[in-house]
Amino acid sequence: MFDGFTAETLARMQFAFTISFHIIFPAFSIGVASYLAVLNGLWLWSKDRTYLTLFNYWKKIFAVAFGMGVVSGIVMSYQFGTNWAVFADKTGPILGPLMAYEVLSAFFLEAGFLGIMLFGRERVGDKLHMFATAMVAIGTLMSATWILSVNSWMQTPAGYGINEIGQFVPEDWWQIVFNPSFPYRLVHMVLAAYLTTALVVGGVGGLHLLRSTDDAPARRMFSMAMWMLIVVAPLQILAGDFHGINTLEHQPAKVMAMEGHYDSHPDGAPLILFGIPNPQERRIDYAVQIPNLSSLILKHDLYAPLDGLDTIPDEDEPPVAILFWSFRVMVGLGFAMLGLGGWSLWRRMRGQLYASPMLHRAAIVMGPMGFVAVLAGWITTEVGRQPFTVYGLLRTSDSLAPVAAPAVAASLVAFIVVYFFVFGAGTFYLLRMMNQTASIPHLGLNEGPIRTAGITPIMQTDPDSIPANKESNDV
Amino acid sequence: MFELSFIWAGIIAFAVLTYVILDGFDLGIGILFPFANGEQEKAAMMNSIAPIWDGNETWLVLGGGGLFAVFPLAYAVIMPALYMPIILMLLALIFRGVAFEYRWRTTRWKPVWDVAFFGGSFVAAFMQGIALGALVQGIEIADRAYAGGWWDWLSIFSLLTGLAVVVGYSLLGATWIILKTEGSLQRQMRIYAWWLGAGTLGFIGIVSIMTPFQDPEYFQRWLNLPGSALSVIMPGAVLAAAWGLFTGLNAGKDAQPFLSALSLFVLCFVGIGISFYPNIVPPGLTIVDAAAPDSSLRFALVGTVVLVPLILGYTAYAYWVFRGKIDPEEGYH
Ligand code: HDD
Ligand code: HEM
Ligand code: HEM
Repeated sequence: MFDGFTAETLARMQFAFTISFHIIFPAFSIGVASYLAVLNGLWLWSKDRTYLTLFNYWKKIFAVAFGMGVVSGIVMSYQFGTNWAVFADKTGPILGPLMAYEVLSAFFLEAGFLGIMLFGRERVGDKLHMFATAMVAIGTLMSATWILSVNSWMQTPAGYGINEIGQFVPEDWWQIVFNPSFPYRLVHMVLAAYLTTALVVGGVGGLHLLRSTDDAPARRMFSMAMWMLIVVAPLQILAGDFHGINTLEHQPAKVMAMEGHYDSHPDGAPLILFGIPNPQERRIDYAVQIPNLSSLILKHDLYAPLDGLDTIPDEDEPPVAILFWSFRVMVGLGFAMLGLGGWSLWRRMRGQLYASPMLHRAAIVMGPMGFVAVLAGWITTEVGRQPFTVYGLLRTSDSLAPVAAPAVAASLVAFIVVYFFVFGAGTFYLLRMMNQTASIPHLGLNEGPIRTAGITPIMQTDPDSIPANKESNDV
Repeated sequence: MFELSFIWAGIIAFAVLTYVILDGFDLGIGILFPFANGEQEKAAMMNSIAPIWDGNETWLVLGGGGLFAVFPLAYAVIMPALYMPIILMLLALIFRGVAFEYRWRTTRWKPVWDVAFFGGSFVAAFMQGIALGALVQGIEIADRAYAGGWWDWLSIFSLLTGLAVVVGYSLLGATWIILKTEGSLQRQMRIYAWWLGAGTLGFIGIVSIMTPFQDPEYFQRWLNLPGSALSVIMPGAVLAAAWGLFTGLNAGKDAQPFLSALSLFVLCFVGIGISFYPNIVPPGLTIVDAAAPDSSLRFALVGTVVLVPLILGYTAYAYWVFRGKIDPEEGYH
């Protein structure tokens, strides 16, 4: 299937494939974990049952998505060694401790309290259960923090030295962890996770509102999601702008490729809205552009000169076409999210948030778009770092493990088959769960024997307080 | 002098050992899963580990991540050398991990995820055993890189250690179920645990005899101090653990078989440690040579010293919350 590819190309395909799958789940579970903590807090504080119903509903969805995140993440932590052994040997002294901190401060925290959050409300009581829920949410955020520090160091290395055997060695840990692109990347990614979750929640709410506008949990989740969207989407666009300016400072070639600037513009660069990159001729065909806007955005000055790819040696250039497109997909979706948020605000002010089928349909369409934007954003970031794994210092071609192409090809095929099968099934279950309304009591659908001896008496009378509903989701 | 790399070797060894005994019983339960009678027993087996398996598996991430952090060279040679067993183990763990949630989300495909749970657990255990065997055989290194071939890991010896780990994990799983259940499932597992205990001891014997033939150095380490002191104690300790296992089973004790089986694993692990020392990757890569610079070791150590006790604390708490026998009617799904 993959004859004729070098081991390097195959290893890159494998890395891109596995991490693209992985990021989908954390992007969602970082957001849902925080959402769950908020829902549980609101339930304990207000004693409004709708919050509890929503908590129990999203909790089960979270459990499935989280499981997929964990198993795809474990693959990642071994892939540095299997396919990128030279990279691992050289960057291990710097990146290894950061990843070790991620395991110690984040993964254990999530895993340790996940069981209590999912299964333990009756056993530990409301207060400790709330604590466990918060710990899971904090764990997901810590995880994002460390791994983004790792990734940002690869983009904008700092605080290192190089020893006699060519390893990167730490000199200043503060500079390593808080390397120049890290704060931007962290903010942008966490906002992305919240946006992604808000869009999913909004899409599910919209779906159930289309079926019945009286569906109380659906109304509540739709409203919460739309608030989230109108607050976070503008922040994200702002954060993205800062991120881009920072990247221009540290990785100018990446920004040139994103913008499609093959040539330098000494007196103000245009913003190319659309066009077809033509790598042979080194120009953008059919470009639709706004003069000088790019200089305004990146330099806050209409006439500021901007260098183009003609100033970069060819062998250090990232692939322009991919970056050009992925960047536009992300930015376009960012504005679409803002648009959805604005629309919902307008309907809300008219008192028609729950009676706007067109808005609900739009929310459903936008439901998965957070994932698309996240993937597009990461492709921009990572492909833009090429041809280096550690920007400017270690080339991708020098990072490879001593692996043979057939072995990498075989494992790549295995990953593709297994991921599509396993995560395809998981996605199907997730969609089916989301397709069920949160408002019907679940106990009636119990597939197991009705419990005779509950731990607390409430359990018999109140279906929603049981975190343990065995509802049947039969096909 | 206070040698940081040795402290770290100890910490990594601790993480791996913790992984082996904790995920060991999880995987063992997966391997025994097809032998349960009926849905209720299956559910009881799975629910006995559902709240804790993720935490148990995280020790594997710490083992891998820790190795990358403090012994990057060891990580960089072991992973390519054991490419296939590692990839297969990762794929197997995917199937095992998702089965916990998926099997409750469908009726039609439930059998599929039951097979995934068993198959994933079996293959993961088998591959871990093979990886261990391949490591004991030794890994060829040249110029800071793996220098062997694609199939070097495959041998009679590594297949044997693979089976040994499958049987050993099943023993852990069976004794865990004895601890967590009652009634017919518990009775069945008592019988299984007896045979699995005998099997585990048999494998320990065979592997111990074969190990010195993998590399004559191993023989020396057991004959000279400090190994020799343990050579005397070891057989006795193994026999004591075995005695604890079988008397516990015969007397119908709940916890004793599990604790005895754990001790067997700890002893074997110490034994392997003695054979390896002072190498981290036999035959030639020493702990000191593989270590990252001291500044990396120190930075990571600070967090480890603070966080690992904390982790052990809340992990113990989670086990405490879910203590006692599994109520077959209870579950969360
Ligand atoms: C919901 C997701 C989402 C949305 C709506 C946006 N982004 Fe984004 N973007 C990401 C999700 C993301 C990301 C997945 O989080 C990335 C990948 C790596 C990173 O740090 O963030 C990213 C990277 C990324 C980069 C690359 C930085 C680098 O690699 O150095 C730039 C310049 C922007 N973004 C800019 C923007 C702008 C101007 C947006 C305005 C609409 C925008 N992003 C919307
Ligand atoms: C999670 C979201 C991420 C996505 C979707 C993603 C995507 C990608 C893609 C598409 C490539 C291939 C680039 C190319 O070959 O042109 C790549 C390369 C790479 N990424 Fe990321 N990445 C992500 C995060 C990370 C993180 C957090 C790290 C580090 C901790 C990382 C480390 C690497 C490395 C080492 C490569 C080099 C291999 C290669 O160049 O193909 N990535 N990634
Ligand atoms: C190459 C890069 C990456 C590696 C090596 C990696 C590794 C892992 C591992 C081993 C796990 C399982 C932890 C467990 O056992 O509980 C995991 C889960 C997770 N990862 Fe990644 N990861 C990478 C990229 C990312 C990125 C880019 C993010 C987010 C910004 C992220 C966020 C998370 C989160 C929140 C979890 C918890 C599980 C979940 O939410 O689904 N990871 N990762």
